[in-house]
Parts: sequence; C-alpha cells; structure tokens
Amino acid sequence: MFDRRLIKYFDWGLLWLTIILGLVGIITLYSAISAGANNPHEMFHIKQLVWYGIGIVAMVACFLIDYKTIEQWSHVIYTGCISLLVLVLGYGKLVSGSRRWLGLGPVSIQPSEFIKIALIFVLARYYSRLVNTRGLTIRELITPIVLTAIPFGLIVRQPDLGTAMLLILIAGSMTVFVKIERRSLSYIVASCTVAIPLVWLLLKDYQKQRILTFLYPEREPLGAGYHIIQSKIAIGSGMISGKGFLKGTQNALSFLPEQHTDFIFSVLAEEWGLIGTTGLLFLFLMLTACGLSVAHGCRDPFGIILAVGVVSMISWQVIINISMVIGLMPVVGVPLPFISYGGSSVVSMMICIGLLMNISMRRFMIK
Amino acid sequence: MVETVDTYLDAASSDWYKQRLAIMLFCIAVAIIILFFRLLYLQVIEGEEYKRLSENNCIRIQSTPPPRGLIFDRNGELLVDNRPSFDLYITVKDAKPLARTLENLVRFLNVPMSELKAKIVNSGTRVYYKPILLKKDIGRDVLALVEAHKFDLPGVLVKVDPRRHYIYKQSAAHLIGYLGEINREELKLSYYKDIRPGELIGKFGIEKKYEVHLIGKRGGCQVEVNSMGQVVRLLKTVDAIPGHNLLLTIDHKLQKKAEELLANVSGAVVAMEPATGQILAMASSPSFDQNAFVNGMSYKEWDILKSNPFRPMENKVIQAEYPPASPYKIITAIAALEEGIIDQTNSLFCPGHYRFGNRNYRCWKRTGHGKVNVVSALEESCDVFFYYVSQRLGIDRISRYARACGLGTATGIALAHEAKGLVPTAEWKKRRHGIRWQKGETLSVGIGQGYNLVTPLQMVVFISAIANKGKRVVPLVVSHIETAQGNIVRKSAVKMNGSLPASPGTLAIIRKSLWKVVNSRRGTARNVRIKGIEFTGKTGTAQVFSHKGTNSDRKKTIEYHLKSHAWFVGYAPFHNPKIAVAVIVEHGGDDTNMASPIASKLAELYLKSDSHF
Repeated sequence: MFDRRLIKYFDWGLLWLTIILGLVGIITLYSAISAGANNPHEMFHIKQLVWYGIGIVAMVACFLIDYKTIEQWSHVIYTGCISLLVLVLGYGKLVSGSRRWLGLGPVSIQPSEFIKIALIFVLARYYSRLVNTRGLTIRELITPIVLTAIPFGLIVRQPDLGTAMLLILIAGSMTVFVKIERRSLSYIVASCTVAIPLVWLLLKDYQKQRILTFLYPEREPLGAGYHIIQSKIAIGSGMISGKGFLKGTQNALSFLPEQHTDFIFSVLAEEWGLIGTTGLLFLFLMLTACGLSVAHGCRDPFGIILAVGVVSMISWQVIINISMVIGLMPVVGVPLPFISYGGSSVVSMMICIGLLMNISMRRFMIK
Repeated sequence: MVETVDTYLDAASSDWYKQRLAIMLFCIAVAIIILFFRLLYLQVIEGEEYKRLSENNCIRIQSTPPPRGLIFDRNGELLVDNRPSFDLYITVKDAKPLARTLENLVRFLNVPMSELKAKIVNSGTRVYYKPILLKKDIGRDVLALVEAHKFDLPGVLVKVDPRRHYIYKQSAAHLIGYLGEINREELKLSYYKDIRPGELIGKFGIEKKYEVHLIGKRGGCQVEVNSMGQVVRLLKTVDAIPGHNLLLTIDHKLQKKAEELLANVSGAVVAMEPATGQILAMASSPSFDQNAFVNGMSYKEWDILKSNPFRPMENKVIQAEYPPASPYKIITAIAALEEGIIDQTNSLFCPGHYRFGNRNYRCWKRTGHGKVNVVSALEESCDVFFYYVSQRLGIDRISRYARACGLGTATGIALAHEAKGLVPTAEWKKRRHGIRWQKGETLSVGIGQGYNLVTPLQMVVFISAIANKGKRVVPLVVSHIETAQGNIVRKSAVKMNGSLPASPGTLAIIRKSLWKVVNSRRGTARNVRIKGIEFTGKTGTAQVFSHKGTNSDRKKTIEYHLKSHAWFVGYAPFHNPKIAVAVIVEHGGDDTNMASPIASKLAELYLKSDSHF
C-alpha cells in the first residue's frame, strides 16, 4: 500500500514557505502585542504557537489520507460544517454584536473558517464530473449556487460580511476556472444588473446606511475612517527600511485597531518598511505559484479544481486583507493568512497546505 | 478506485487546464503587483509626511456627547433640560512638564494635589493621548482663570458638556427619576453598549425606563493637534444627534399642588384620568433633590438619604404596599352582590360588634350603625355588615374578586420597581407561613385589613375602573415621544386591561354608595365635599397596630409609628368623571382622616381651572 513515490514527490518548497510564513507571523505577533498593550495575560504569540502545533497535526493528517478518499466524504464534511454554523447562530459567543465563535471547553472555534474548505471540496467534486471545454450551463450552475448560498446566508446572519463575501469569491473563482458557457454568463451578468438595484430598494434605511459606511469609511470619521487613517500612518511611516523590530510607535501607542488580528500587516509595515512588505508579498506570490504548480502537475480534474479552490482562498484573503489596511478596500474582518492571530484561521490554512501537499504527492499514482 | 481511471485527462484537456492555470497565476500576480505599487506610494512617496504625522501622533478623536432629550408636562411646560457644564480635562502626553501644570491647576481649582494625581492614576488608561477628566462643572469663574492662564497650562482643556438640569427642585422627582454614573455591572449589558465608563445614565423613574429614547447619539470630530495638545485643524465632524423629547401625562400645576398638600407628611398622591389611564400627578413624600445626583453626591449625603426613616428614595405610589382598609369594602360588596349573597334591599342590624367563633369583632363605631344595607354600609363604612358578608363569601371567593379587580398584580405602568401587593388566600398562607387559614382572618381581609397589601397606584386604577363603568385601563406616564425637531416618534394609546367582575347593576349600586360617602348627611367624607362638583369616593383607615380592649383614651397616646394610615380613593365629577385620585397619608388616620382633604382639594383645583375644559 505504501508507495515510496509519496516521499519522492513530497513538495518541500511548500513546506519551507509555510515555515517561513509561520515564523514571520509569530515574530510580528510578538511585536504587535508586546510593544503596545502591557497586558501580560494576553500571551497571543504563545497561543499562536500552540495553534500552529495543532495546525501541523491537521496538515499531516490531511496529506496522509488520499484526497480521493476525502472526496468520497466531502458531502459529510460539508454537512458537518453547516451544522456547526447553525449551532453558532444558536449558541455562539456574542462578541461585539456578532456570533462567530463556538465555545468548546477552553478554546473556541470559528466554524466559518472551516466551511470555506468544505465548500471547496463539494464544489470541486461537483465540477470535476461536469467540466468540459464548452463551459457550464445555467442549469448546471444551480447546485453550486445552492451549495454556496446556504453557508452564505448563515454567515451573513452572524453577521460576518467579510467571510460571507469570501465564500462567494472562492466559489466564483472556481466556477470561472471551470468555465461558464458564454450564453449562461451573459444571463448571469444581466440578472445581477437587474437584481442589485432591486435589492437596494428593498433594504431598510439603516441597512443602506450600514452598507454605505462599509463602502465609504470616510462616512464614519470617528470609527472605521479613523482606523484607516491610523493604519495608513503606521504603514507610511515605516518608509523603506522600517523603524526596526519592536520600535513601531503607532503600534506602541495603541493607535492601531485590532493590531494583532486584522491590522497586523500595519505593524509589520511600520517596523520593517517597504523591504518587509515587499518580502511578504513575494512570499505570498511564491505560495500561490507553488499551489498552482501543484495543480499544473496533477492529472485528474478533481485534484486540479481542489488545488485551484485552495489557492483562490489563500490569495483572496491576502489581497483583501492587505487592500483593506492600506485603504484600497472597505474594512471587513478578513484575517491575513499565517500572520493574523486566530486559531481557526491558522488551522484552516495549515489544512489548505496539507491538501496541496496531498495532491502533489499523489500526482503519478495510477492504479 | 476504478472510477478515477476514466476521469484521467487526455493530452488535449490537460493543455486546456494548463492554459487556464496560467491565466489564474497571471491575475493573482497582477493583484499583488498593484498592492506593491500602493505600498511603494505610501511608504516611499508619501512616507515623509506619514512619518511626521506618526511622530506627533497628532490626529485625535474628540467626542461630542449628545444633548439628552427634554421632558415636558402635558401642557408643554418644560420640566427637565440641560445646562452647559464646563469640565476640565488633562491630556498627560501634552502636559509637559506634568508636575508644574498640576501645581498651577491646584491654585485655580481649590482641589488638593493628591486628588488630581489620584484622578490620573485611577483613570486606568495607559493611553496618554486621551484626555482624563479632572474636575466636572468648574463654573464660569474658574473657567475664566483657566482660559486666561492657558499658556501655563499645556495639555489642559475645558470641554462644554450638557448637564442634566431639573428645573423644579424636588418636584415629581420619583416619577422623573435621576441620572447616575454607569456601574460595572451595567457596562456589561448590551442595552448600554454605546455608553462608556464614567458617563451618566438614567437610574430611576422615567430617566431609566426611557433611556434609549432620551440618550441620543454621540458625535465627534477628528482633529489635528499641536505639541501643546491644542487643536490646530478640524479634519472631520460628525454632529451629535439629540435624544428624543418626552411629553409626560402629568399636569405640572396639579403635581405642584399635590406636593404642597403632602408637605410635612409621609405619604403618596396619585391622580389619573379614568378613561385614558393618563397619570395627572404622582407625588411621593418626602422627596429629594435630583440635581444633587447629577452633580455627584458624597457618600455621606447618600447615606443620610438612604437611612431616612421616611424613605425619601422610594416612590410610594408604586413601590410602597399598604393594607387597603375600607376602600377594599367596595370589592367585598361587589363579590357579595355578584355572588347573590345579598341584594340592594337586604339589611342587617349592626350593634357595634360581630360575634364570630368565640371572639367579638368590633365595628369602628362603638355604638353601632343600627339597621344597614349594602349602600348605607359603604356610606358609613360599617364593619359589621362586611364581617357578615365576608364570612358568607369565604376567603377564596373574596380573593378571586380582588384579583379580578387588579390587586395582587402589577398595573403595567412603564416604570421600574413596581410592587405587586398581595391578595391573601388560604393556599398562600399555608405555603408562606405553614399554618392553616383561620376563618376569623377572612373577616379582617373582607374589610381590607389583615394580610392584604396594595399600592396607591393599584387603588387609583381600581377606582378609575369604577368611575369608568367597569373598564380597567393601564396607567400611562408618557403621552408622546418626539424628536428634537418635533416629529412624533411614538404616541401612547389608551390600553385596556379587561373589566371589573361586576354587572352594570352592581356598579350602579357601588357608585351610588360612593356618592353618598361624600355627599349624604351621614357619609364618612362629608367634610370634604366640593361646592358645585359631585365628588365621590371612599375613606379608609389602615391599621398598623391592632388595638385590643376598649379604652379609647389609649389612642391618643399611641406613638407616631404605630398610628394608622389614612386612605382616600375617589373620583369627580360623579357624571362623566375627569379625575380619579388615590391618597395615602402614613400614620395620618387615627384622629381625623388626613387623606380625604388632599384628594378633594386636588380634584377641585383640577376641575375648576379652565385649561381642562
């Protein structure tokens, strides 16, 4: 059963990239919390290390089991994650107005992080059986739309707009990748153009206000708008070479909001300057390239589409998070992969890496 | 694993995938390059400017508290508003050198140095660019000094905050309530999620119950400050939205009158419009100064208020529970008439006492009332008549009627801490005291003594229902809520709460009897009839201490706290009632009933002033 080719085709590049990103994350996290908050109870960097430990176990588990076996279970995984999302709505912890976490003894998990992977699985399984060079028809798109709409609705209810939007972006990327029939595509575009103004008219006034504030943070100069200014000051003041490790002043004076989670990139940018930010962007680009090369080497549709889904998940999060802290996009709660503090996020990212390794290792297995 | 074989790709489709993968990589690379250029712009081209901004940390948020909603009476008379208060703050980061700045401040403020330092330490903030409150409400004189010496006081700033102001000192204090600093437990509630530590919230009465309407929405501005912490540029402003204004149902003139009449006694007055349930006056005596709460009260002052034996902090209209005494006989009469135990014509001889078991139950009139029927028994408040019918009814039937008349449950008024009173039953006594119900206790309950407990509000709602042909209403204190611009947010509607358990015939008998209480030759409240207005009601004397024996001289020597309470419930005019009143004067019932003149004067003032017709 055990095949030596499994070791031969192990993707060492992917492993090294993950280790480097993890280290960058822990170091930045240490700086983010030690300089600003003098609160010794919040040992986020230690907790994050523990999460990485759990993440490594998850990663190993993910590449040991043949992904084609996991494929058979994808509906079960999906249903399980959906049940967790339903549980969150009922019993989740209420943190600043939204229910996202499910308490499990000493730790709490965020099921919305895992539904992303589950969705990638069911979509990859579905598309791999239909894919053809002509593209998908409208009728064939109904199932993926339903599969995405269920978790989307549940996450919007939490509410967590960022993650909900991410689901659509991931599903959309996978769908575009497997190609949509030209006529179907024009139908979709047309119906969206009609639907969006209609939905806008149906919304209540306060909901419209909320969306406008989301799109234009300047409308809220005392909240999101202020955070963006402070984040831009932090990033810009890093200049080319940065202020040096643990020397970030914006961070030290607690000017930055959520400095250890969503805004951690600003801490890195302030202390390491353009050199640091460019380096991190380069690492992420390398990771993307590695992920896509795994797809490139794979020879069955399910593996390719699975890899594409995983890569799109990682890259969308990187692009959205960084765009948001540098003021190119509205502020949504999307963590920066591998760097932001957060157990569920770290574990789900490590699962992604495990899946890519899995596909890479089994690329020549033909029975 | 057989199925995987047929999904394997042929060379053509493999190329198709590779092409699409290349496009995907290209798209992601483009996105990352855009991010890179943006970072290049921020960190290199604009880097110097951001570095300058970061070195001064000079962009601040200043918050503007919203003015709290105003409170008016039913005629639009302003009762509560906000006045400007000058609060002194210090921004530690800008106050360099801190020690000298504080020394200068001590000279102007008349506050010891240690207290100022303690304020800074206790603020618990590690964020030194945030202003810390040093002293509230410094007054115009100190303000002038601080402004004049601005340059000796770096980092010191004065903010103008709206401060709650209760225009009529001590008036309607219990109804309107007061503000106090939010405490730790309240901060955890999602209800108060927009409130920060140190801020004031409604703690009692209307101020508490209508907090969400009164509070408004905080505004603020983003400013750039110089190294002295002084604002050099206003970047962005968000206006505060004032809270909603409340129009109460009370009539300020009537309220004032009620308070005057209660001066020097401990007790409560509540007046209500019977048809709508609108509360016209709600007074509880003694009262307190609400402004003292807003300005900050010392522990000593608070202790004095709390330990006062006359309970000034309690709204006696809704929180205090008393035996209902003789007004309860109305309920016993309804029960007896409805259950067919008596009719209007049945009469009974009152010799001044009633023999039950092996005990004599006394009538308040030692010499007896002679021949009485239900009407004259109510008119003259004959105890013996009601001993007899209570015994026939039994405790369970009496308590069923009392509940149906609204006793033993909250009236549903929109105020916190409303007491429910108590309607005793045999089952309740067993549960509460573990002892069986004694038949003799039914007799005490039937005349409103014993375990019975009611609030003045329950009594005014009950007597209103009598005035209202049996329809019970929910009492209202706010007539409408409007925005600062005068747009109506919510208008209170009359809310019905079922009917009295009495037929129109029974109610007619009751009303006739109550009319006689005030207007007939032998009525117990004959002394308070009003010229030109048919005033109607029932007096009562609630025993705090039961007198055994017959020595009437003992009454005069009873200590104050053992004296009976005086009750009066009534309404006017008899036809088409416009006002219902319940009055209790604690320990004011032994010699002459002190409650009935208060009720009568109030009704007279209300009905004779022009504004209501």
